[in-house]
Amino acid sequence: MQPVTPRANGSGQEAVFETEVLIIGGGVTGVGIMRDLALRGIHAILIDKRDLCAGASGGNHGLLHSGARYVSNDLDSARECRREGALLKRLAGHCIEDCGGLFVAVEGDDEAFATNFPALCAQADILCEPLAPALARELEPHLSERLVQAYRVPDATVDPFRLALENVAHASALMGSLYFPHTEVVSFARQGDRIATVFCHDRRNDRPLAIRALQVVNAGGAWAMNIARLAGCDDVRLLYSKGTLLVTHDRLASHVVNRLRRPGDGDILVPGGTVSILGTTSLRTDDLESTRPTVEEVEVNIREGSAMLPMLAEARYIRAFSRVRPLLQPAGRGGDRDAARGFALIDHEEQGLSNFCTITGGKLTTFRLMAEKASDLVAKRLGNTTSCRTALEPLPHGSACRWTEPGASPRYWFKESKPGDMILCECEMVPQSAIDEIVDAAPGKEEQMGLEAIALRSRAGKGPCQGSFCGIRICSYLYDRGYYRDPSGLHHMRRFFDERFKGQRAVVWGGQAAQMELAEALHCGLLGLDTLDMEDR
Amino acid sequence: MMPPTITLPEASMPEESRTITTELAIIGTGIAGFAAAVFALERKLTMAMAGSTGALAYTTGYLDLLGKLQGTAHAVDDPWQALEELRRSEPEHPLSRIAPAAIERAFTLFTDFLGREGLAYTPVGRNNLQIMTPVGTVKPTLSVPATMAAGPALMASGSPCVIVDFHGLKGFSGRQAVANLSQRWPQLETARLAFPGSRGGELYPEIAARSLQVPEIRQQLAEMLRQAAGTAPAVGLPALLGMHRPDLVLEDLQRLSGLTLFEVPTMPPAVPGIRLRELFARALPQHGVAIVPQQKVQHLRLDENGAHLTLGDNYGTIAIHAKAVILATGRFLSGGLEARRDTIREPLLDLPVAQPSGRSQWYEERYTDPRGHAIHRAGIVVDQAFRPLGGDGHPFHPRLFAAGIILAHQDWIRSRSGAGIAIASAYRAVDEAARLLGR
Ligand SMILES: Cc1cc2nc3c(=O)[nH]c(=O)nc-3n(C[C@H](O)[C@H](O)[C@H](O)COP(=O)(O)OP(=O)(O)OC[C@H]3O[C@@H](n4cnc5c(N)ncnc54)[C@H](O)[C@@H]3O)c2cc1C
Ligand SMILES: Cc1cc2nc3c(=O)[nH]c(=O)nc-3n(C[C@H](O)[C@H](O)[C@H](O)COP(=O)(O)OP(=O)(O)OC[C@H]3O[C@@H](n4cnc5c(N)ncnc54)[C@H](O)[C@@H]3O)c2cc1C
Repeated sequence: MQPVTPRANGSGQEAVFETEVLIIGGGVTGVGIMRDLALRGIHAILIDKRDLCAGASGGNHGLLHSGARYVSNDLDSARECRREGALLKRLAGHCIEDCGGLFVAVEGDDEAFATNFPALCAQADILCEPLAPALARELEPHLSERLVQAYRVPDATVDPFRLALENVAHASALMGSLYFPHTEVVSFARQGDRIATVFCHDRRNDRPLAIRALQVVNAGGAWAMNIARLAGCDDVRLLYSKGTLLVTHDRLASHVVNRLRRPGDGDILVPGGTVSILGTTSLRTDDLESTRPTVEEVEVNIREGSAMLPMLAEARYIRAFSRVRPLLQPAGRGGDRDAARGFALIDHEEQGLSNFCTITGGKLTTFRLMAEKASDLVAKRLGNTTSCRTALEPLPHGSACRWTEPGASPRYWFKESKPGDMILCECEMVPQSAIDEIVDAAPGKEEQMGLEAIALRSRAGKGPCQGSFCGIRICSYLYDRGYYRDPSGLHHMRRFFDERFKGQRAVVWGGQAAQMELAEALHCGLLGLDTLDMEDR
Repeated sequence: MMPPTITLPEASMPEESRTITTELAIIGTGIAGFAAAVFALERKLTMAMAGSTGALAYTTGYLDLLGKLQGTAHAVDDPWQALEELRRSEPEHPLSRIAPAAIERAFTLFTDFLGREGLAYTPVGRNNLQIMTPVGTVKPTLSVPATMAAGPALMASGSPCVIVDFHGLKGFSGRQAVANLSQRWPQLETARLAFPGSRGGELYPEIAARSLQVPEIRQQLAEMLRQAAGTAPAVGLPALLGMHRPDLVLEDLQRLSGLTLFEVPTMPPAVPGIRLRELFARALPQHGVAIVPQQKVQHLRLDENGAHLTLGDNYGTIAIHAKAVILATGRFLSGGLEARRDTIREPLLDLPVAQPSGRSQWYEERYTDPRGHAIHRAGIVVDQAFRPLGGDGHPFHPRLFAAGIILAHQDWIRSRSGAGIAIASAYRAVDEAARLLGR
């Protein structure tokens, strides 16, 4: 089958694009579908109302589950994670750190639960090796002295940003598939049993845009219910649970450390390159747009986490973030963590539509499988008989996608050692050449990218200073290159600092309070970013 | 004036204790601490001081008095008039509790001192200067180093001018400054130069500044500047025109190039902050002030005879006994205040800290909120004599005074009043300490 060439229709105000498949939502599920379809020879346009990984995909623990976490409440999910985790380690190794995981119980935890754990793992075929508490504490010296049981499992970590960038880059290379950031679906035009046109809004340039596609996939994660309703479908039913995570200044453990008990608050510590991530909490919410970590959630995570690793009570935290999990309804009997962690693929045929489907729920770990299922349906509807290749084909390494890997920047920088290639982000050693490569070639690059978009495609701003220095340096470098040419560059800079602050606000104390005061003295006291609008008059 | 008595051990005898006995002890070597030293010298008090670099390293060299009033959109033009408004709207603000004449006198004494010691400042005037920042925004301030003085007038008149920057100097882009200033200053252009003698790679402002003390390097730079200026009569360039006597370096470069030149601050920590620090570190001991550099006071005990400070360095402990003490230890960045997970504390004496009710109240949701954040208004409350109040609402101790941005009820960041609060409150604290000491 011939891919339809996308074309922008110049006549009139509205740009019109055509494609075989429109994918709504640039989280891991959406990007996974984009690549899966490309491998079957199908052209797609992917849109996100913000940017890649703006939703749950950019705000999770980054844990590539071995499945052990789910053995007590959802054996199917556990098995799915085990299979998908193993597959990804083989095919997308450059996005994964195979650090291994521990499950640990401390005095006072339910001993029967702990004792039963290896048998449950065995049922899901998950490797589970008992460790003497003393040995576990040798492996992870910050573990509590009150450790009573420990097991080792094949948990790992995965970088969702790299994963998303690589999937988009591969789909673009294979099929010329397109990705449009800050493009929000606002309405659907139905014709009989089909969605004929999807109307979108380009939020950055404040322009309407229309997309005609043979098939439309709603991969909107927690927003999937709202998106389906825009299409007149009321068969996606979700509740929302907000989770908050904390990022420490240092990496406090080399393994993933899980609390060996029924899943609860603050019971997983996951390494993420040079930091550790502690979480999560779980709170019902109705609000998808302004989820921000609160001081209370920060305190809950620290209190619970420090039972496993007491030094979490004293640690320095550099940020906190919150995202929303969609909970598929009807829910199970238990709490939100027991609600089905599986995913749902809804074909909307009962709603009278033959070219629209929704895929939501699931996990980062199972994104490939979710993409496969959705792509199978889409391909069948398109009459494409090529089978799924993502379980066989390794994920390529894209040069412009490599800057998100923790600790990798300095390696590239030393290896390439171009004279005059200065380091702009000193915490994470991000050089000028990385910024060049990102604005020239990264998936989703466009005219006048903001600093947030650049930071999403690199490690810039992820270190202890949280971008307060490198934001200034990168901005002035972009002026220097002639990339920014007017005061909008400063507005990009301010937006970046405002955005980063959302994650800092709840963890400003100790050393971070000093850091924050210095940043504000610079940004507001000296540069006057707080009065930028007034200056522009 | 009697120099303080200092007993120092032989250099070869570590772990010996040293004792300094003096009239006034100043804790903190930021602008408030140094300004206090300048004012105390004027009162002919003997003194000792201690502290590490603190926020001083980050100053641009601009001395702000009051650049913004809470809730107004405009930059302050006449800070003296704005002080009157402040007195009405924020009566508890430290600057509202000091007579304008005293503030003016404090600024004048302070900048005169700097001028005498080789770092000339513009005279303290009626109006704020509107001066450019490294990114090309404009900031109101009261007094700036003479090397930066030509900028505001050139901008106001819109004369042709070239902002020069250098290869390898991070965070300073002439193109950025021009892109952001071109509305108000259409005749502003930019040029990039290789710093004389640089071999590519990063250019460190401090090293460049020191190299400009050498006449041949100035000669080379002047020639480059002349070419870069084209027909423009004036050039602005990053603040690296020498470390000592930058006014002389500037003068020489102007003579050699035939141009009007001015410095623009680079991103801190930068040369102007180092100049100030080096000036005080050199000049104050020459005037008999005992400075214990880069050391924090570990203990402070107060009794009816005075203040007893304990410090330590690699050679052992140092004790300072003084009849009065000024606490000018700054805020979180300098360690004068500590933000714990649940509360804000003053670590040396555990003085009561006026503060919001809990951590969730410290910050607004939006970082660059023009109203500022409650955490900045936390601090030490003082009485009319700038003595910190204890838990009972009375002075904590009759011999203890406080000055600088550690004081409560001000947000120096939003109001652009960092140096102003430091200098003015130091003046008042010294005034009261001198009165106590019978001077
Ligand atoms: C706190 C937390 C921790 C987690 N930890 C883990 C973990 O450790 N391991 C693991 O395997 N899984 C984890 N998960 C689950 C995992 O993050 C998600 O399952 C996965 O990221 C979902 O991806 P998605 O692409 O389906 O949805 P999302 O990533 O949420 O993507 C949906 C996208 O749709 C976009 N969108 C919404 N509305 C519109 C519109 N109208 N038009 C255009 N675009 C729109 C959004 O901007 C968003 O980018 C966690 C989830 C949470 C919330
Ligand atoms: C990035 C930045 C830019 C700035 N720009 C400007 C500007 O353009 N214009 C302007 O007017 N102001 C500016 N300021 C503000 C100015 O530099 C000072 O912060 C302000 O003047 C207040 O000074 P201070 O002396 O009260 O406190 P600080 O400068 O913070 O000094 C406190 C001192 O106390 C010392 N200390 C703390 N604890 C102890 C202890 N236990 N024992 C001994 N010593 C101790 C510290 O080491 C430090 O030396 C800027 C500040 C920053 C951070």
